Amino acid sequence: MPQYRATIIVTLRPTILDVQGRTVEHALHSLGFESVRQVRIGKYITLDLEASDPHHATGQCQTMCQELLANPIIEDFSIATIEPIAP
Amino acid sequence: MKVGIVVFPGSNCDRDAFFAVTLQQEATAQYLWHKESEIPQGLDCIILPGGFSYGDYLRSGAIARFSPIMRAVRAFADRGGLVLGICNGFQILTEAGMLPGALLQNAEQRFICKSVTIRVDNSATPFTNAYTKGQVLRIPIAHGEGRYYADPATIAQLEKNGQVVFRYVDTDGIPTPQSNPNGSIANIAGIINERGNVLGMMPHPERACQALLGSEDGRGVFESVVHYFASVGV
Repeated sequence: MPQYRATIIVTLRPTILDVQGRTVEHALHSLGFESVRQVRIGKYITLDLEASDPHHATGQCQTMCQELLANPIIEDFSIATIEPIAP
Repeated sequence: MKVGIVVFPGSNCDRDAFFAVTLQQEATAQYLWHKESEIPQGLDCIILPGGFSYGDYLRSGAIARFSPIMRAVRAFADRGGLVLGICNGFQILTEAGMLPGALLQNAEQRFICKSVTIRVDNSATPFTNAYTKGQVLRIPIAHGEGRYYADPATIAQLEKNGQVVFRYVDTDGIPTPQSNPNGSIANIAGIINERGNVLGMMPHPERACQALLGSEDGRGVFESVVHYFASVGV
C-alpha cells in the first residue's frame, strides 16, 4: 500500500476570539510592525499514513479531523497537502 | 450513596474529590481507573475530577474522552446516573459531547488560580438542591482554559431551560465583566445537560469544603447529591 505524508492545519473559527493571536499582534505592534492586523495562531500537524490513493488518504485525514484533531464547535481544519512518500 | 471518582493519567484533584465526598456521612467513595471499561454495580454518582488528563495534549479533555472508562460513563449517564465534571472533568464532558459548548483559553491568556464568587442560578438540580437560588458562593478556580463558549442558539437554549447552573458574579451577586475571570460567555461557570443528570463546572467545590481551607461553600454540591438520593429513596 502506498504511503502519504499529510499536513493538516487547525485554526480557531473566525468568529472566536483568538487571545494568543491578539497577544502576538500586540507584541508585533510594539516591535514596530504597526501595519499588522488579525494575527491568528493555529496548529500544524503532519502524519504519515497508508492509503490506496491520495483521495483515500485525504478522506481518512478528514475523518481524523472530525473525530479528534479538531473540535468542530470551535475549530476549522484544512488538509494542506497530501504527498506520496517514496518507498 | 456511592460515588466513583475517575482517575486519568494527569488527574490531580481526585483525592480532594474523594475527601469532599467522604465528609458526607451517608457517602462512600471509590476510585475508578481510566482503563476500566465497566462501572461497578451500585454506584450512584461519578465524578470526573480536575487535573491535566493526558497532559492536556491537543486540547484539554480531547484524549481523555477516548479512555475506556468514558464509554462506560456515557452509558451510565444514559441510564440516568449522575455525572459531575469539575474543571478538567467539565472540559472532558464537552469534548465528549455530553455537555454542549467548549472551553477555550482564558481571555487573559494566563492560568488563573484564585477564589471567585459564583451564583447558583438553578437550585433545582441533584447537584444544587442544598443551595437557594441566587445564593452567592466563594469557591476557587484554577484553570488556563475555562472560557466557556457556545454558539448563540445554544446559549439561548441553555438560558431558556435553566441549564446555566453557576455564573461568575461580584459579591453582590451581579454578573459583571470584572467578576468574569476568564471571558466566559454570559459569565457561565457551570452548566447541566437537558436531562438534568450531567453537570460540568470550572470552579472547584471540592477545594472549598472546610473553613480551615478558606471556604465551606462547595460542600453543598456533595450535600445536594446525598439529599437527592435520600429523597428518591435509593
